[in-house]
Order: sequence, then structure tokens, then C-alpha cells
Amino acid sequence: MSNAATDYTLAELCIVAAAEAFRPDGEVLATGIGVIPRLAASLAMKTFNRDLMMTDSEAFLLSEPNPIGARGDDFVQANETWMGFSRIFDNVWSGRRHAMLGPTQIDRFGQSNTSALGGTYEQPKVMMLGARGFPGNSISHPNSFFVPSHNTRVFVDGECDFVSSIGYNPARLPKGHSLDEVDIRMVVTNLCVMDFGGADHGMRLVSLHPGITVEQVCENMGFDLEVPADVPATPAPTEKQLAIIAALDPHNQRAYQIKDNPPGNPSGGGN
Amino acid sequence: MDKQMTAAQVVAQLGDGMTIGIGGWGPRRKPMALVREILRSDLKDLTIVSYGGADVGMLCAAGKVKKLVFAFVSLDFIPLEPYFRQARQAGAIEVMEIDEGMLLLGLRAAAWGLPFIPTEVGLGTDIITRNPDIKLVDSPYDDKEWVAMPALQLDAALIHVDRADTRGVCQIAGPDHYMDDWYARAADKTYVSCDELVPTEYFRDPAQARLVHWERAATTGVVPIPGGAHPTSCSPLYGFDVPHFKAYNATAKEGGIQAYIDQYLGSSEAEYQQNVGGLDAIRAIALPTY
Repeated sequence: MSNAATDYTLAELCIVAAAEAFRPDGEVLATGIGVIPRLAASLAMKTFNRDLMMTDSEAFLLSEPNPIGARGDDFVQANETWMGFSRIFDNVWSGRRHAMLGPTQIDRFGQSNTSALGGTYEQPKVMMLGARGFPGNSISHPNSFFVPSHNTRVFVDGECDFVSSIGYNPARLPKGHSLDEVDIRMVVTNLCVMDFGGADHGMRLVSLHPGITVEQVCENMGFDLEVPADVPATPAPTEKQLAIIAALDPHNQRAYQIKDNPPGNPSGGGN
Repeated sequence: MDKQMTAAQVVAQLGDGMTIGIGGWGPRRKPMALVREILRSDLKDLTIVSYGGADVGMLCAAGKVKKLVFAFVSLDFIPLEPYFRQARQAGAIEVMEIDEGMLLLGLRAAAWGLPFIPTEVGLGTDIITRNPDIKLVDSPYDDKEWVAMPALQLDAALIHVDRADTRGVCQIAGPDHYMDDWYARAADKTYVSCDELVPTEYFRDPAQARLVHWERAATTGVVPIPGGAHPTSCSPLYGFDVPHFKAYNATAKEGGIQAYIDQYLGSSEAEYQQNVGGLDAIRAIALPTY
């Protein structure tokens, strides 16, 4: 690969890998919740999918993604239309959106949990955010996930404690509907990239980050993962991509998203 | 018609067991002065409908909430609302947990006098299995079943706006009015606190009138309370108070809501504002950058 960098962080590798989720989307609203998903969507919009739409995380749609964090008094954001929260739902329900989110649990069906852990529903052991927009997102438009810490507490055995988003679970399929209405695209973690392209929409390994083995990934899953015969390495960022990411994240918030901010290529250049 | 009233008069019109919708979103433009007046009252057994933040947390902690209709409760930069969590983890409140968009549809159904609005949102999730009151219905036009999101009829809505006149013309000048227009339309009575009371002529300028999101007939009462959204934001007038929210969050670990109430609430909004540094300090809080 031309201009492949040797010195990059795991966060930057994940941003570049996650950006690929938005490559085939065409003209849709790209919503990345959290620093790495937002930078992934922004990188895609700055490079190989200029047609993406993105908000300022408040109330305007932008023709250029905003850098993250304080931007200086002379910064003028590239508004193109009002996009308040009520209008977000008009967009969501039209299907012209792709969201990348980080739920607390994901199960073998691609169902996810943002709400409650353990105990009973009436009295959960750990209460989190609530279902948020996950139910509507999951039935209305494509979704991807980012998981900064790949382990069996996230990729759970059995079903999620609370199912916030619909997945490929035949037992929960509503009457007359098809699993093809569900569209879960890409799952990027600190270890690998996965999708739901396995048998019967099962979860499948797509690529391994440098230095990571199939065994490491499987040990950190609460359910079986389909592993193809040949699993490529997750492509390294290019120098150009790293420069764009740095410009989109001038305060280096990406350094705080994965524990200890490890290098992306442990055997490669220093960090 | 002069709709001007005080926060105490608003709360006097509310009753035990009522369903009350609270406008705003998370830590943004919440009618906190009206919420504080509820905290000072004997009101109880409320059903609260909210895109929740500290409004929900405070009311839960003070034992005012029987049931919560919600999609999330969050302070944004502090993702998990501490007192809401405590209430849930103690099994202290009933909940109707729904999707953010379902909440909007429920308000619209109430506003339009419909028993429900059909939607695909919620299908296949625990929103359906955990809410026996939310039914699935067969479509008369296809062979699929759909979610019948029931109307969220509100006895009262509480909203904070930037500006209003005494006739109930309300202006939200910040970038987003969230779902506040639907709260106003879904409620039997809508009480609005405003940062600035303005003469009716203020709205003659079409640029100002464009920022009025519902008709005055949907406004029952107007309560002028400069700074009344604190500690939440009222963009563009002021941002949300990060140090205050951190202090509030800390009381959940030590001292409890009583410590927060003792330190800040006071017997009136004037006293509260003194306790948090005064109106000038509130108005000086910078807007957040996302």
C-alpha cells in the first residue's frame, strides 16, 4: 500500500478501519457517537465519500465536518441547513442515515444494550442511559458498532440483559417482517474488525489488527465467531489519513479512547 | 389575556398523581426553576415525561416520582445521571422506557387527539416486551404488525424559553427547540418560564417571530425567571454549569440529595440564585462546544 504509515496508534488504526463502514453509503447522514466513530465518519467524509452528511452534534447540518473540541474564535462552521433533534427523526425514519455507536453489550444476534445490567428489570443492578434512540435506529437504517475494549462482558453469552436494538434474532422477529430489514454493518474493536456476514447472519471475523491472533479474539467473545480460512490484517493508515485525523482532532482526544493509548503496530515503528 | 404568574402559582395548579411533561433535553434548556418549586412543594406521585437530565434526577431523589416515561436520563458530559440511577437501582420508580422518537410520537398523538401513532420503532426490542401497555397492531394495508405508540397525554407541561410576552407568545432563540412545541401541544396546561419578558411588539420583526414554535393558545401561564434554566443551558444566553453539575453529581456519592438541597435550593428562586453566585454569574457561563 502506498504511503502506509508505520508509526500510528491503535485508536488511529480503528478510526481508519471504521471509516470504511461509511465508504459505500452515498448521500446519507453519518452519525458517529464518541470520538473514534465521529472521527471515522469525518475521515470518510473528508476523503472517499464526499457525499456524506454530518451534523455539528447540536442543530445544524454541515458541508464539512467540525474538528472536535474548542475551535478558536475565528472558526466558522460550514452550516448547510438546520437539523434540530425533531428533524433528526424525520431523517432516521427515512432510512438515509448510518450510525456508529458504542453499546455496553452486544450479543450473537447483533442485539445491543444501552440500558440496564443485571438484577431485574424493575430493579437493575446497574442502570445506564436507557434505550436512547437505539430501537428506532436499528429498525430504520444501517448501524455499526465501535467497542474500545473487546471482552466477554461486551460480547455476551446468551442475549443482552436488555435489548435496546433489534438484531438478527428470529425469535424476536415481528409478524410479517424479515430479518433483511435489519442492517448491521461493521463492528470495530480494539482487537479486530467483524461483521454479520456469517451463516444465518452470524458474526464473522473480517480482519485482525496487527499483532492480534484469532485465538485472542475468540477468547474474548461470549459466543462463537465465524472465522474464514484467510483473515487479513486490518490495513494500516496512510500518512495522508493520519494528517487528516490530526486536523480533525487538534486536541488529541483520540489518545484517551482506548486504554493506555497503545501503538497500532506493536512490531512496527516506535510510538 | 394576561398569563403572567409566579412559579408558586404554577405549582399550586399542579396536583398529586398528575402526568407532567418537562421540556428541554438532558442538560439543555430545562425549566429548572419550576422543577425547584416542585421540590419545595408537597407534590407527590407524579408521572414525569422527559428527555431527562437533572430535572428527572432531582425529582426522583426527592421522592416526587411514581413513574417515569423516558428514553434516556443523562447529563451529557456526565453520561449517567446519578440520582436517576439510584432510583432505578433501588426499584423506587415505575418506568415506561421507550425510544427517543417514540416519545415524540406519543406527544404528537396526544397533541392530535389520536389514541396512537403506528411506527416500526420498538419492534424486536425489549421496549415491547417490558411495556405491556404498548401494543402491536395489524396493519389494514399490509400483512405486517406495527407498534401502536400510545398518546402521552400530559396534565401539564413545563418549558423554559428565552423570551415570552404576557399573552403567551414564547420564543426559543437557541439553535434547537427540541420537542418543546409538542410538549406544549400535548398538555392540558402549559406553563412556561422565560429568561426575558418582552412586549408583544418584540415579535413584529419576522426574524424574531420565526423563532416562535407554537401559538399562544397552547400557553397557559408565563413565569418570568431570568436564569431560570440554571444549571442547564439556555442557548444563546448561557451554557450549562459544569462545576455545579459536578458538585450535584458528587452529592450522590456523599451527602445525598438533602446535602444538595441544603446547600443550594433555598426557599425561593432569589435565594437559589444567591446560593449559586447570582444571575450575572449564570449569564456568564460559556456555551458548550461539541
